[in-house]
Formats: sequence, C-alpha cells, structure tokens
Amino acid sequence: MSEVIVITSGKGGVGKTTTSANLGAALASLGKSVVLIDADIGLRNLDVVMGLENRIVYHLVDVVEGYCRLNQALIKDKRFDNLCLLPAAQTKDKTAVTPDQMRQLCKELKAEFDFVLVDSPAGIEQGFKNAIAGADTAIIVATPEVSSVRDADRIIGLLEAESMPPPRLICNRIRPAMVRRGDMLGISDILDILAIELLGVVPDDESIVVSTNRGEPAALSQGSRAGVAFRNIARRVLGEDVPFMNLDETNGFLGRLKRMFGSTR
Amino acid sequence: MLELIQRLFLREGSASKDVAKERLRMVLVHDRATVAPHVWEALKVDLIRVISRYLDIDEASMDVQLQTEKDAVALVASIPVRRVKRGPLPGGGEALGPGVGAAP
Repeated sequence: MSEVIVITSGKGGVGKTTTSANLGAALASLGKSVVLIDADIGLRNLDVVMGLENRIVYHLVDVVEGYCRLNQALIKDKRFDNLCLLPAAQTKDKTAVTPDQMRQLCKELKAEFDFVLVDSPAGIEQGFKNAIAGADTAIIVATPEVSSVRDADRIIGLLEAESMPPPRLICNRIRPAMVRRGDMLGISDILDILAIELLGVVPDDESIVVSTNRGEPAALSQGSRAGVAFRNIARRVLGEDVPFMNLDETNGFLGRLKRMFGSTR
Repeated sequence: MLELIQRLFLREGSASKDVAKERLRMVLVHDRATVAPHVWEALKVDLIRVISRYLDIDEASMDVQLQTEKDAVALVASIPVRRVKRGPLPGGGEALGPGVGAAP
C-alpha cells in the first residue's frame, strides 16, 4: 500500500529538507521505492542536500505544464536505484502550480512508488497548500524553540481544518545536555503542548552539516547519531515498533570529561 | 557534578525552559482562540435565534467577541434588549430540542 507523506513545519529552517532527504534515503535503504518531491518552488534545495543538483534537466513545473513526461523529470539517486527526486523549479514561484495539479501528480507517483515524500516550503500560503493537497498523512518537524512549536501548533490546526488525519511529530535538533540543564524544551514539554504522536527525536548533530556539505544524507553514514535517528524514524514509518534513542549515551566517564572541557554541547 | 555546580552558582530564578513553556502556553491560548469567519457567523445566527425566542433584541447593535485574558478565553456578548417577550413561548412553549446548535 503506497503512501503520500508531506513533511512540513510552518517555520523555516527547522530541518524539513534534511528530514525529507534522510527519511527518503533511509526508506530506500530498507528496500522501499521512494520518490521525493521538492515542493518549494522558487527556492529549490532538496537537490543539493541529496547531491543531485548536476543532474536536473526538467522540473515539477515542466511536468504540470506538460513540457515533459513525468518520468523524464524524475532524477535517479546516485546510491539507490529505488530512490528518485522530482526537483522544484528555481525560476518560477508558488503560484505556478495549483493544489489540483499537485493532487494529480501525487496520484500518478503513488501508482509507481511505495512512498511519495513531499518536502513542503515554509509558511502557510499557496506553497504549503500545494504541498499538502495530495498527501495522505503529514509529518511535522519542530525544533525545541518557542517560535517553532508555536508554528507547529498552527500547522496542526490547518491540517485538521483540511480533514487530514492527525500528523506525527519529529523533534529535531535536540541538545540533551541543555535539556538536562533545564535550558531547552524537552520532548515531554513539546508533546504536552502539541498533543500529537511522536514519530522521532533527532539530536543536534554536526554530522548533518558535514553530510549536507557533501550532498550525502546522514542516514546512510554509520557513525552519525542523527543518521541513526532518521533510520529509526524510517522503520517506524514502516510500522515497526522501534524504541526511542537514549540521548544520554554520553553519560559515561568519557562523555562527562568531554562535556567538562567542551561543555557547549 | 558539573551540572550541580552550574545549578549552584549560575542559576538564578527558574530554568529557562520553564519560561519558554509558560510563554508558549500563553501565546497558544491566544492563537487557538481564533474562530473561522464562517463558524463565527453561524454561531451568531444561532445565538440570535435562541435569544429571540425570549427577548426582543436589537440585532444590528449586537456585539459578540472572544476575549482573551491572561490565560483564559471568554465569549463576551453584548446584546441590547428592546423588550422581554410575554405570553406563551412560540412553538407551543416547549424548550428547544437538541437540534438548536446546528448551523443553518
């Protein structure tokens, strides 16, 4: 059974694109066929995060305007044959596509892939409405900040108004040491406020910056803690019951030393 | 250990995440108190219909709004009454059934 999942947040810069790329790569590594749609028309980014920016010929707007066939615009991933990207247009804006066209597009892709992941733009205007139009379910990405959680709450309300099923939450960029000190909203605080199901917790991890620099999703590198978190999320999306990561793993003697000397993290 | 020292020497007042959570709570009380215009109109129509059974009201100068206090939301209605209706209630004097709340 195929599924169209939109990854959204309201607020910009919380990790929607990183989450889309990593969830896509992780699902593909688990053997599922996946297509990623970059719905951020005018601000295309998923291609660079995936390291596929040099392969783009056609884009989403070309497809909906009939300049090319859908299959011509799909870019195959370097690492997985079962992972594709439908890039956004860089020169158009959000109004170049309508919700009806997105619905049709998602329907066609759903027939060919196990998962269609839609990377939503920030905001709640047309771009957001396009992104959610064809989606069966939504994943909300939020960071432990007042502004992000507030926007997430607004998005939950908007999805409800569109009669979508309750979204699931990914808490991104958690810094366990700060949570322990009481200087960062913890998972329980955020869940208290938003009252939605938790899908995953991703620690703030420098390896994300490194992997984005290289255009290789962190979910594919073994040493990355954020990568492990994204692989766990992918397994939960597949219905597996995976326990949430213990974020206090650095509690050993070494970890404590590390925190004492470089105690910013 | 380090945390303990930090807590002893650096901490003043409550942890900042408690401040964040409290501020979020407040801001969401306000955010969530917005009602879609069509829902709001339906509510007003229903209110007028029910109250008009008992009171002759001045619909034009009626004012209904949601007021958010510090941490609560209230529906505040100011409805000028022209006169109290007398005599038997319309519809044979029965109280309105459960269908009253339905939007037109």
